[in-house]
Amino acid sequence: MTQANSVLPPLAERSGVLRWLRKNLFGSWLDAILTVIGALIIYWAVKGFLTWVFTVAEWEVVAANMRLFMVGQYPLEQAWRLWVALGFLMFLTGNSLAIWARRSYFATILLLASPALLTLFPFGDEPRKWLIILSVTGVIGWGMGAGKPQVLGRIVILGWILSLPMFILLTRGVTPEGGVMPIVGTNLWGGLLLTFLLTVVGILFSFPLGVMLALGRRSELPIIRLVSVAYIELVRGVPLITIFFMAQLMLPLFLPPNWTVDRILRAMVAVTLFSAAYLAENVRGGLQAIPRGQFEAAHALGLSGAQTMIFIILPQALRLIIPILVGQFIAVFKDTALVAIVGLFDLVGIAKTVLAQPDFLGLQREVYVFVSLIYWVLSYGMSYLSQRLEEKLGVGKR
Amino acid sequence: MQESAQQKATIPFWRDERILNILGQVAFIIGLLFVGSLIYQNMKAGLARQGITLTYSFLNGISGFDISETLFTYSRTSSYWQAYQVGLLNTLSVSIVGVVASTAFGVILGVARLSTNFLINRLAAFYLELIRNLSLLVFLIFWYLGVFLKLPRVREAVVWPGNIFLTNRGVGIPWGLPTDSYPTFRLILIVGLVLAVVVFFVLRSYSRRTGRAPLTTLWTFLTVLSVALIGWFVLPEKPLAFDAPVIEGLNMTGGKVLSPEFMALTSGLVLYTSAFIGEVVRSGILSVSKGQVEASRALGLNGFQTLRLIVFPQALRVIIPPLTSQYLNLIKNSSLAIAVGYPDLFYVSNTIQNQTGRAVEMISMVMLTYLLFSLITSVFMNWYNQRIKLVER
Repeated sequence: MTQANSVLPPLAERSGVLRWLRKNLFGSWLDAILTVIGALIIYWAVKGFLTWVFTVAEWEVVAANMRLFMVGQYPLEQAWRLWVALGFLMFLTGNSLAIWARRSYFATILLLASPALLTLFPFGDEPRKWLIILSVTGVIGWGMGAGKPQVLGRIVILGWILSLPMFILLTRGVTPEGGVMPIVGTNLWGGLLLTFLLTVVGILFSFPLGVMLALGRRSELPIIRLVSVAYIELVRGVPLITIFFMAQLMLPLFLPPNWTVDRILRAMVAVTLFSAAYLAENVRGGLQAIPRGQFEAAHALGLSGAQTMIFIILPQALRLIIPILVGQFIAVFKDTALVAIVGLFDLVGIAKTVLAQPDFLGLQREVYVFVSLIYWVLSYGMSYLSQRLEEKLGVGKR
Repeated sequence: MQESAQQKATIPFWRDERILNILGQVAFIIGLLFVGSLIYQNMKAGLARQGITLTYSFLNGISGFDISETLFTYSRTSSYWQAYQVGLLNTLSVSIVGVVASTAFGVILGVARLSTNFLINRLAAFYLELIRNLSLLVFLIFWYLGVFLKLPRVREAVVWPGNIFLTNRGVGIPWGLPTDSYPTFRLILIVGLVLAVVVFFVLRSYSRRTGRAPLTTLWTFLTVLSVALIGWFVLPEKPLAFDAPVIEGLNMTGGKVLSPEFMALTSGLVLYTSAFIGEVVRSGILSVSKGQVEASRALGLNGFQTLRLIVFPQALRVIIPPLTSQYLNLIKNSSLAIAVGYPDLFYVSNTIQNQTGRAVEMISMVMLTYLLFSLITSVFMNWYNQRIKLVER
């Protein structure tokens, strides 16, 4: 008779480097061949790229034009205003991290330390000083947030809402020539500053418009539905660049002769109108995912149609589509590069002017690799943060 | 009871939802018409100030500019309308090449992303993360200025196996030149196509009758191929003479020279779009539940059959709708050709507009054309989607 405990347990899977290699790289002949091809590709690409970065590339073009890339022609003696605005944003970021993301240490440290880390790049002494101040501001904000999370919560949200008008006010200035904050014309805004402003304005204003269009598309009123569908399909059917051209060339035609619209404002209108159509479809997807029972329950409780939408349906629908929304925001950020084609000096437009300088002819690779890097880091950062936020809000888990 | 009925009958009209809805829509239309007419009046006044009336007759005028790449004879004495057609065809050719190539590369990427091979899997993942967070415009400009214009001069051309010449004037590839027997060969090809259609329907009815699943696509393709091969070798003279590019002085002659603009635009679009298609394909394959594969193996189907008959048809249902949007994106993104100087629809119409000052007319034409493209693509893809989607009872 065999006793239960005399039966040996099955052999535990041995683990080890060799075993891992066999399982993951050389499982079969085909696998082995693929591994060799993959290794060759990696070797060739990494070697080529690193050789270029460290021996061939002339990075002076980036270092010498750093200010142009960041703020364009923005006057140097007024740059402190942008730094102050950034400091405010850093403070809010620190606050928000302490209040809502207390446990994600890695993201917190990375965000708060990133300005200080940027001083490792050739920025010059003045920016270095400000970058360190930014990090310190962030840490102070974090400390204050950690001290009184309950009290500060609403104030911080208010701060975020006020941050954009404040940013624009600081950038544009209020007093005429000679005052403390003289007005800086939008024709001098450029580089990453312009890219950033176009993106934020585009996102903020396209959001309510997009939600309205989505509701319009699902409305039971035929005319409102028809107009919404027509708008969405029209905008989604044409390239963004045609909308930018239309805004630059035709918007002045549509307005009364005595109205002049700033070129940058026109670009902002174009981004907003374009993004709203895409956002509307995303929101519609979220709305479709809400079960009928939610509507019925809200009606049974005596809520009106508008109340049902605002308090019951939209919050759930928007939470469902957070990943898609972030994806859309990243797309807006990347798409703003197209304003360079209609002659504005955003990051890409500045890259063109830098390459036109006689000192830096033929350095296209360096300049565009640098510009790509900025786009990549910021886009990737946004998608990374959204994944964290998703986990925190438990999207798809409830 | 009586009272409540009475109350119902006398709901004041400003609280009656039906009337409110109608009134709201009427107000909406009036508002829309008001804004619309305001815009129209402003536009008319603005155009009148510049002394322009809206008309499309300028399209018959002589263009007076050259286009570097044309698929049919065009010169500076041709009309604006012909210039527009050149741009249209160029956009179409970039779109078709782009859609085919990015689908192929995207499928490879999506499958590689699911590979159990660690290296291949990571490589594909790295590529996807890299591309998806870049700005397409910067990517295209980089390919143009940083790669294709940085290739060596014609005299120092890099030669790849198969007589492919890489130079900063473009990429030279061997190309077939039609000979005298080409018209006969074309007839043979048409016969092959007809035969292939016959084979397709025969196999399909056979599969319906018997319940077996023959490799319909493969046999159809093989029919065309074998007829073409027979025609190729039976004809006394080869229908196409292969012509490899040769370097003569400062230029390449012979073969086909693909301009740096075309190469930058298509390779940039393909590499960019395929990253997104890769994700679409991956999510499609992942959406097929594991039980389906296990069940099909239990029924005795082998790996290839499982893939062809069980996994792929189900994955396709998830893949087609987002794939359609990626195709539409690619077609619309081809308008960025203006950044690399490839004369596509948008570039050409921009030139026309600069010469004639007809902004409203040209933009409206371009928008309508792109809308038409989008519409045709989505109608086709929707038809395909209808055909393959799950039939629910």
